[in-house]
Amino acid sequence: MYHRYVVVALSRRKPNEGKELTKEEKQRLRKQKKHQKKQKERKNEKGPSETEKDKTPVSLLPPPQPVATQKAPSALPAPASAPIPVPASAPFHSSPAPSPADKPAKSKAELKAERRARQETDRAAKQPGSSSSGIKTKVPLSELNPVVKRLPEHVQVDDPAVVKRLAKKLERQQIPLRSDYGYKVSLFSHLHQYSRKAPLTQLLSIPSTVIHPSIVRLGLQYSQGIVAGSNARSVALLHAFKQVIRDYTTPPNEELSRDLVNKLKPYISFLNQCRPLSASMGNAIKYIKKEISNIPSQCKEEEAKTKLLTCIDRSSLVNNILCEAFEKSRKFRVIVVDSRPRLEGREALRRLVQRGISCTYVLISALSYILPEVSKVFLGAHALLANGYVMSRVGTSQIALVARTYNVPVLVCCETYKFCERVQTDSFVSNELDDPDDLMVTRKGKTQLENWQDVSSLGLLNLVYDVTPPDFVDLVITDLGMIPCTSVPVVLRVKNLDQ
Amino acid sequence: MEWPKMTTLRLVEYFRTQVRQDPEVPSAVAAIRTLLEFLKRDQSETILGLRENLTQTIRRLEEADSSVAVSSGGELFLRFISLTSLEHPDLSQCKKVMVERGELFLKKISLSRSKVAKLCHTFIKDGAKILTHSSSRVVLKVLESAAADKKRFTVYVTESQPDSAGRQMADKLQNLNIPVTVVLDAAVGYIMEKVDLVIVGAEGVVESGGIINKIGTYQLAVCSKAHNKPFYVVAESFKFVRLYPLNQQDVPERFKYKADTLKAVEDLAEEHPMIDYTPPSLITLLFTDLGVLTPSAVSDELIKLYL
Repeated sequence: MYHRYVVVALSRRKPNEGKELTKEEKQRLRKQKKHQKKQKERKNEKGPSETEKDKTPVSLLPPPQPVATQKAPSALPAPASAPIPVPASAPFHSSPAPSPADKPAKSKAELKAERRARQETDRAAKQPGSSSSGIKTKVPLSELNPVVKRLPEHVQVDDPAVVKRLAKKLERQQIPLRSDYGYKVSLFSHLHQYSRKAPLTQLLSIPSTVIHPSIVRLGLQYSQGIVAGSNARSVALLHAFKQVIRDYTTPPNEELSRDLVNKLKPYISFLNQCRPLSASMGNAIKYIKKEISNIPSQCKEEEAKTKLLTCIDRSSLVNNILCEAFEKSRKFRVIVVDSRPRLEGREALRRLVQRGISCTYVLISALSYILPEVSKVFLGAHALLANGYVMSRVGTSQIALVARTYNVPVLVCCETYKFCERVQTDSFVSNELDDPDDLMVTRKGKTQLENWQDVSSLGLLNLVYDVTPPDFVDLVITDLGMIPCTSVPVVLRVKNLDQ
Repeated sequence: MEWPKMTTLRLVEYFRTQVRQDPEVPSAVAAIRTLLEFLKRDQSETILGLRENLTQTIRRLEEADSSVAVSSGGELFLRFISLTSLEHPDLSQCKKVMVERGELFLKKISLSRSKVAKLCHTFIKDGAKILTHSSSRVVLKVLESAAADKKRFTVYVTESQPDSAGRQMADKLQNLNIPVTVVLDAAVGYIMEKVDLVIVGAEGVVESGGIINKIGTYQLAVCSKAHNKPFYVVAESFKFVRLYPLNQQDVPERFKYKADTLKAVEDLAEEHPMIDYTPPSLITLLFTDLGVLTPSAVSDELIKLYL
């Protein structure tokens, strides 16, 4: 009964706020909330133990709190509801509810006195109020947000609040939102799954004034898989950005450093919608943003542009290594292991054979058959995580695992710009789901999985990345030299010192 | 001041006298002393020439004594003395600075063995049974300080053929009144269930965190892993070397055999290697003068030392 009252008070409060509050009242309320928040912060720092004693008056509060608690990290109005139950509960006679009603009649001095009185009551209410576990769980959550990093949006697709927030952001930037396609396997329902047949560009209006045409082209190339592989994607991204910088003109009364960064934001959201950004692309973008913001304000536009263009100018990796070794007339044979649905090994095979290297081509299912005759395994990487795990194309960790059982050394080739600060121990948390229709194959005119959408209990999963633990990797070859997998944080530290 | 220039012969002679005079000193320290002497007497006109001469000297010393420590110690010495800003226009000034730093380096590493011993002897508990391999002066120092700390323990030493170095170790330990037993190399698996921990020295510590040591260390490590016994390595920091072997074959030939064998014998395939490589997955901890490290931390330390 008690908690029903509080809920009613909540709902009664909201419509009041819209109708009767004037600007001054709203400002005052805002200041009040800020003040209360600060007080809670201080109270939290002092230690929750002393407040454990007075639980009784507000012990019935916890039931409504969890409802509000869940909303805290996502919706903005939620923190507003945090202070409300406190004054509503203990001294509900002095709650702010009556104030909007008789607001217009009061003078400034009376308002001030009222405000002070309210603050006093709130402070008094805070003593027993903050002892309730509900408030405690609420406040630490909103206070913790600056300390605990928020999860990236692309791994929270099943949380409707996050999706709504993303939609709002894209609307602001005038970029269409791509909708998910098909049934998602429940273990991966927190990730996006798009169809290749519905590219984002179909939803764009023509001409698009927000997005530069080279970025549109790049996004299309990403989503159709024309540009694939982390090196190729980063290089294409940098080329597109170069074009953008060339065509950019600073609008009047704006600074290049700030305005250009703001212009880049919708482009990055667009590219993210076409295909989730890779770690190397993330690093490239961070670098460009840093360079742009470092441009001094007195710099003339032409000068600034040339500066930026010059600093941009610097799996393909494994292929290059093998070709170079071949040129040094080392005698070796290459076995290329390929996997569906992308079959990227065929391209690598073609390039090696053109150079004259003797190659063998197998599918990943034949791995344990050929490994006894293999002396070394070379793998490329998409990113190297801070705890030593290697994120790479799906199938890599399988190869590393089987190679370890056969005692074959596994070498990962990775440039240092692909090192990232993230930590991941499994392939579930953050991954990419590719178009599930790719798994359908047509043999002898028959496509078995043609109507997979109609079968309710069937889901197709097309993962793109997987994560290999450092125990399976013997050596990482980088542009700084040979390092063991566990030394990635040291390299990151050294690089940060250089920059 | 005109010092007589050191020819190769005199270099090697000086080196050997150093080793002979003080058998306790690590060969790398003797090599560095020799290098320092050479530096004092060198008469090159440019810094580049000086460095080249020093590099050549290190090569000559390696030919005299092919252990990994000489090579790594020499390289670290070179890096340490050239790490300062050699901006002085006057060459003799630069040389003085380099000599000073060289002396500093020498002093630091002469103390390294006692630092290691201080760190390690606390890991030896009362009543422990320790297994060690061949003869290592660092391990001897560790056991010495543990005995001085009034700890009671027994030691098993492997005989370590082909040069029976284990027997010398046993004699030294008996002089310290530590109960010691010599076992055959082949009896390692047999004795492993009785021992509590394994301590070995190292001739070189490689980038991956693995070690290069007298032949027989690898099987000792494999056995101790199978029995879940801790495998500790004690090594000074000047033994850290920039190699990254992936298996036994990858260890360069110049370390595998003794210096005399390398010069005398034509076909090395007939000779038996004197060292082997132990991968980092089999090592529990490394005790160095930089601290107690896990094998993965070795690479971090190496990056700091060499970059």
